[in-house]
Amino acid sequence: MTATAPPRRAPEAGPGSSGKTAAGRRLRPRAIERLRQIGLPYLLLLPALIAELLIHIVPMFFGILISFKNLTLFFIRNWSKAPWAGFDNYRAAIKFHEPIGQALLHSFWVTLAYTLLSVGLSWLLGTAAAILMQDSFRGRAIMRAIFLVPYALPAYAALITWTFMFQQDTGLVNHVLHDQLHVTSNKPFWLIGDNSFWAMVIVSVWRSWPFAFLALMAGLQNIPRELYEAAAMDGAGVWQQIRKITMPSLRPVNQVLVLVLFLWTFNDFNTPYVMFGQSAPHQADLISIHIYQSSFITWNFGSGSAMSVLLLLFLLLVTAVYLLLTSRRRGDADA
Amino acid sequence: MRTSSTSSRLLAATALVAALGLTATACGGGSSDSSGGDKSDPASLKGQTLTYWASNQGTSLDNDKQVLTPELNKFTQQTGIKVNLEVIGWADLLNRILAATTSGQGPDVLNIGNTWSASLQATGALMPWDASAFSAIGGKDRFAPAAIAAAGAAGKDPAAVPLYSMAYGLYYNKKMFADAGIANPPKTWDELVADAKKLTTGGHYGLAVEGSNGSENIHHAFVLAKQRGSDWFDSSGKATFDTPQNVAAVKQYVDFIAGDKVAAKGDAEYSQNQTITDFATGKAAMMMWQSAATSIKSHGMSADQYGVVPVPTQTAGATGDAGVTSMVAGINLAVFQNTKHKAAAEALVKFMTSTPEQKILNGTYGSLPPVKEAQSDPAFQTPDLKVLASVLSTSAAPLPQVPNESQFETLVGTAIKDLFADAAAGKPVTDDTVKAALTKAQQQMPAS
Repeated sequence: MTATAPPRRAPEAGPGSSGKTAAGRRLRPRAIERLRQIGLPYLLLLPALIAELLIHIVPMFFGILISFKNLTLFFIRNWSKAPWAGFDNYRAAIKFHEPIGQALLHSFWVTLAYTLLSVGLSWLLGTAAAILMQDSFRGRAIMRAIFLVPYALPAYAALITWTFMFQQDTGLVNHVLHDQLHVTSNKPFWLIGDNSFWAMVIVSVWRSWPFAFLALMAGLQNIPRELYEAAAMDGAGVWQQIRKITMPSLRPVNQVLVLVLFLWTFNDFNTPYVMFGQSAPHQADLISIHIYQSSFITWNFGSGSAMSVLLLLFLLLVTAVYLLLTSRRRGDADA
Repeated sequence: MRTSSTSSRLLAATALVAALGLTATACGGGSSDSSGGDKSDPASLKGQTLTYWASNQGTSLDNDKQVLTPELNKFTQQTGIKVNLEVIGWADLLNRILAATTSGQGPDVLNIGNTWSASLQATGALMPWDASAFSAIGGKDRFAPAAIAAAGAAGKDPAAVPLYSMAYGLYYNKKMFADAGIANPPKTWDELVADAKKLTTGGHYGLAVEGSNGSENIHHAFVLAKQRGSDWFDSSGKATFDTPQNVAAVKQYVDFIAGDKVAAKGDAEYSQNQTITDFATGKAAMMMWQSAATSIKSHGMSADQYGVVPVPTQTAGATGDAGVTSMVAGINLAVFQNTKHKAAAEALVKFMTSTPEQKILNGTYGSLPPVKEAQSDPAFQTPDLKVLASVLSTSAAPLPQVPNESQFETLVGTAIKDLFADAAAGKPVTDDTVKAALTKAQQQMPAS
């Protein structure tokens, strides 16, 4: 309705100004104007829509299609000839008592543990740092800048440096832990075996927490100072202020932040790929690498696509449930 | 940026590959310039442009360009065919070939690792080398039989022709052997372990292994199993990973760290050729490696400081399968099936496998020429290359030439890597744990 309102008012706006010719001349621009007003938003959306279709929707459609095909190396030259597999790829992936399903399930649990630890620790560090940096003091700007360095560094360069540091023989981590601090009786391995999981968590937290810090720092700027002053007058201590003012005010920020961190970390490919190469240790077999191996290394794209679709469904479910729960809670809080 | 999720990225990649596949049927492939006239007429090849994907054989991609460009210029002078050279690192090469296969848009001529031959052959992406194709480059007989055997599945026309050959040898440090009072390099595994134990002292180790490198693990496990008369696939192409012989082979290899303790625990983590560094710097007295002369030299160890002998066998002087001491390692040259310039592509293959070029290229890269005629060149008469050439002609066997070779490398290579990690962490490595790991790998193999 709003789009049509201005043209209707237009004739009234200029009755005395000109004769018939002017009115006729105005008719065409009016139609164009109406069209423009209705069409312009869609026109502006069109490039994004096309890009979205080409980059996301069409490939996803094909990905889902492929997951129902038996697309192995024998058919990649002409994938349309690949035989239909029905739900075979899915069945193999979710038969958790059989090797392929078992490996996928193991990978899923590893990924879940990795994600929960990484997101939890990143959030904790980010929140702590943001609150500590809230009050102005000398050097605050520099500290903030330093905190953001891990987020600003190119992922690959940073990850390669971490792998050097984690090397058992010559790495900096063992040099500090073993040679200087004498914490360990012998040099532990970080890139293979049990510790590989923890090495991956450490690197992931290092990379993620500055983002949490940045988002929460921005969120903190919106909390009015008066609230704290009033609370202080009422005798609230620092912890009470954090619990009763800071945390509730940050809820909308946290809601998005935790979800985004969860999705990023769950799908993290760079960290394990750069740290462990194409074959991650059993203990650090993240699902993204697992799917990569199942499709690109072994050239079984049908099976890999089925696993990808399952992963997508799981993440959609998590996101939906999370958003439902958090917005209902927020609704309760608002009411 | 990390915003794009991996699941959708993988989906996108697979689908892109698929979408390209659709266009492939419409567009054919190869380079874009037109080629008219009779293809067998050399004059009509003039002015055509080929795209050639070379693998990384030198010290860097740039080094490869410097080596290959003058040779390709010679080819252009001789034939009038231009060549666009692209050198592709090993980390990307197979993915690039895969993308080219699905899209049909790729190079005209390309290098492949010879262990990929059967897999790529199964995709149909490479031009089969039948008798007439071979006759265009001087005949199949010009090539060493072992190298031809590693160019595709048995009973099929090879998917490629051998370009560079390599073989594994046992490299040993002469001074460390003399200091330990060992007169001769080991001929059997028992001797190797006994010698290595003597050499393992004061921060030095008898042997270095590349424990986190799946391909290296596979190459050694293959030889150790072969010596026991065992293969990793049966005649129908079905995986047979967990036979008692294969279990024993893998255990023997992992035991260099686990049971015998003659290799450093840290080796379990090696995946960037640290083995060569350890050998060249005297940290390890022995290593099993393929054509390592150039790399050893680049780490400052001169050729007179080390010797090369065939890798040991279970019993001295074993022959047949029991006497196999190396896989047939090497690089093959293939013609992309979708090329529009088949005749020109064959001309380039003919040039690259010509005797003079074989001498120049293999001489530069420190590999062995698979072309028999070139092998007598003085460049290949150094003590170490003579040993490796003899290994290649008498005691080398090709890795299983089956379509699922890459799954084998991934699954078993990773299983051995994890066993090495257990050994390094001090966990026991027994027949049972090895068998469990291999069974698990076997169960994840596709049925066909």
